[in-house]
Amino acid sequence: MKVLMFGWEFPPHILGGLGTASYGLTRGLANQGNVDITFCLPRPVGDEDRSFLKIVGMNTVPVVWRDATLEKVSGRYPWMNAQDYFTFRDHIYSDFSRIYTDDLGCISFSGRYPDNLHEEINNYSIVAGVVARSMDFDIIHSHDWLTYPAGIHAKQVSGKPLVIHVHATDFDRSRGNVNPTVYAIEKNGMDYADHIMCVSELTRQTVINKYHQDPRKVSTMHNAVEPLPEEIQNIVPQKKQGEKVVTFLGRITMQKGPEYFVEAAALVLKRTHDIRFCMAGSGDMMNAMIRLAAERGIADRFHFPGFMKGRQVYECLKSSDVYIMPSVSEPFGISPLEAMQCEVPTIISKQSGCAEILDKCIKVDYWDIHAMADAIYSICNNQSLYEYLKTEGKKEVDAITWDKVGARILSRYRKLLGQK
Amino acid sequence: MKTICLYFEIHQIINLKRYRFFDIGTDHYYYDDYANETGITHIAENSYIPALTALIQMARESEGAFKVALSLSGVGLEQLERYAPQVIDLLQELNDTGCCEFLAEPYSHGLSSLAPNCEECFKEETKRLVDKVNMLFGKKPKVFRNSSLIYDDEIGQMVADMGFKGVLTEGAKHILGWKSPHFLYHCALNPDLKILLRDYKLSDDISLRFSNPSWEAYPLMADTYIDWIDRSPEEDGIFNIFMELSALGIYQPLSSHILDFIKALPACAKARGIRFATPYEIIKANKSVAPLDVPYPMSWTDEERDISCWLGNVMQREAFEKLYSIGQRVLLSGDRHLRQDWDYLQASNNFRFMTTKNNAVSMDRGIYESPYDAFTNYMNILGDFMQRVYWALPQDMEIEELNAFQTTISNQDKKIQSLEKQVARLKSAVKQSKASKSEKPAK
Repeated sequence: MKVLMFGWEFPPHILGGLGTASYGLTRGLANQGNVDITFCLPRPVGDEDRSFLKIVGMNTVPVVWRDATLEKVSGRYPWMNAQDYFTFRDHIYSDFSRIYTDDLGCISFSGRYPDNLHEEINNYSIVAGVVARSMDFDIIHSHDWLTYPAGIHAKQVSGKPLVIHVHATDFDRSRGNVNPTVYAIEKNGMDYADHIMCVSELTRQTVINKYHQDPRKVSTMHNAVEPLPEEIQNIVPQKKQGEKVVTFLGRITMQKGPEYFVEAAALVLKRTHDIRFCMAGSGDMMNAMIRLAAERGIADRFHFPGFMKGRQVYECLKSSDVYIMPSVSEPFGISPLEAMQCEVPTIISKQSGCAEILDKCIKVDYWDIHAMADAIYSICNNQSLYEYLKTEGKKEVDAITWDKVGARILSRYRKLLGQK
Repeated sequence: MKTICLYFEIHQIINLKRYRFFDIGTDHYYYDDYANETGITHIAENSYIPALTALIQMARESEGAFKVALSLSGVGLEQLERYAPQVIDLLQELNDTGCCEFLAEPYSHGLSSLAPNCEECFKEETKRLVDKVNMLFGKKPKVFRNSSLIYDDEIGQMVADMGFKGVLTEGAKHILGWKSPHFLYHCALNPDLKILLRDYKLSDDISLRFSNPSWEAYPLMADTYIDWIDRSPEEDGIFNIFMELSALGIYQPLSSHILDFIKALPACAKARGIRFATPYEIIKANKSVAPLDVPYPMSWTDEERDISCWLGNVMQREAFEKLYSIGQRVLLSGDRHLRQDWDYLQASNNFRFMTTKNNAVSMDRGIYESPYDAFTNYMNILGDFMQRVYWALPQDMEIEELNAFQTTISNQDKKIQSLEKQVARLKSAVKQSKASKSEKPAK
């Protein structure tokens, strides 16, 4: 089966959870065998893992005919098969010379989330038209709203079924105050889709109720985690005797509910003093949180180490005794799974998608700071609860693999294509 | 002649309230009175009252042929006394028919029989329940049943030492093997203690499956049920049918005609020459066929019939160890409030809420959302309780030392009295000698 996928991020160059999920998902799908995946990215760098899929850089697909030689193309993009360029060039379908293109007739992309994001999304969809005309595939799979227009375009050109994958909706990002343009793009994508995959039941309900989709074409496809690589597993936790550390890790924004964490910490510190709190990450609410911690008089026990990446994240996790994610609305939330992989007992909000598949962790309502404080205190003070969540949590998360997700996606494809 | 031994358990826990760790040290009241009242009233109205009325009617109509055994936990009794005293009246009425035997069990419905170094706790609370039953019904129980029928050889030994003649427990397949539960056995460590084993198939037919329409025997009629017993091998003598009383009316709703089924049993049994007897009557009338080795505790709960639903995971074991680590101190203290809280906290249901086992039967965790929630709440309460116990009896003192102090304190009144007498005697002696002295010069 040949799958044409549209995505925005792919490791190692990632900005959020989307890239990690795209990688795991494609890998799990490829492991099922007999699946050829072509993954379109706005601007691949060249060091992506392409052992199990083919990556097409949208910035290497011409939309305007230019005279170029094989040497020139392969000199510029050594990681791609230069012959593809000429295949794509034979399928230019319209006159796009009004758009700014480079000497190869390609549109340049930032591959990030720039201010002119809507223009970039539009260009992405123009290029997708060329890709869809030049290639042979059975099914189209679009990840997140940025690539929905491209998916629709590809569907209209080829007549193949379109699957869209909802990693988040604008309702999650904005606590209800949706951006009408974004909503329109999302809704349009869902209306055109033959099938909608959501990362959690929570998201599925949003899609059904807020985007008015037929429940029969919306399914839940929970995310999973990649096993930790050897070098991460070997990190030795730095733990101080007689002191516990409670960690929050993520963007410090409204969606993640950081203020509830600060309030819960203040409650815990009223009673005990041997617990430290750490809020790692950055975001638009960071300064407000620093002020709030100072206002509650707990700044000496509440720390803001700033943005972390790669190995730092795991070092921070491994030296923690409790991980907490009080998200107000989280489509899935992969970080608690990573914490559990590092054998850290985890507290998550019931409003996160991952709560649907996790059992060996404590779940509280994001607004219930008393329950949150109680859970923190209990894990720090009762060794047995700590041990139980640590070992059982690890076992549970190790059983959540992308291979299983891949198998489910494949069977869903087959159903859509009418195959048995 | 085949004999049916029918036994019902009456027990309801005192529900704990939501107790956050901020409350530790400030709030010493741990119970949810509203849940207690609504819970017990619901069960009394839908189960205990109709079921006991039916049993009384059966006892009267059968002219002494029908026999039944009941056991009451102390905490359950307290709840009934407070919220549903009419149930106690019915129990007394049933007692007056002379067809009913009351059994002994630990007062708290707890796991004290499993706690190491806490033998006194177990004996003390069992004795307390025996006294309470004696006071209410004028009969001293001679047969013992542990909370949830937990039993092993050591418990048997302990119970025999207390003078009980028999014990009720589960006829667990992994203990019995090829043996049949339809005979009387005795404890491997003490042959004087007889063992009655529950027939889980016949018991669960009533308590679990009776109203289940997808069960093959549905709808079950009393004559079919008695036929099953009648058709069993000739030498099988005793059929022990044990369940909670709330099975009649709660697990099997009244609308399923469960009580009509129960009421029809004596007549059907009589027609086939099967009689009823209470546990003590069976022990007196029958000889034990063999000793029963039970090296590990068994119970009537879950598929495994062991103690894993209370002490299966590390959290349950920590809570259990912490709770019984202060057992001796609580016994030593004369504080009525501490003793009362101690009873309520011991109830095995509190541990059951913390189970992480995947059960086929979904369980009602009460106010708790998850085992961790149950554990956290319980540990917060236990934290406060332990603090209070240590205030009364300091942690850095050994039990022996405390015991000595306690003896001194309890004896102080006597001591003071005897000293006062002595003082009075000496004073009067001094007066007399003074008087005699003053008399002398007058001569």
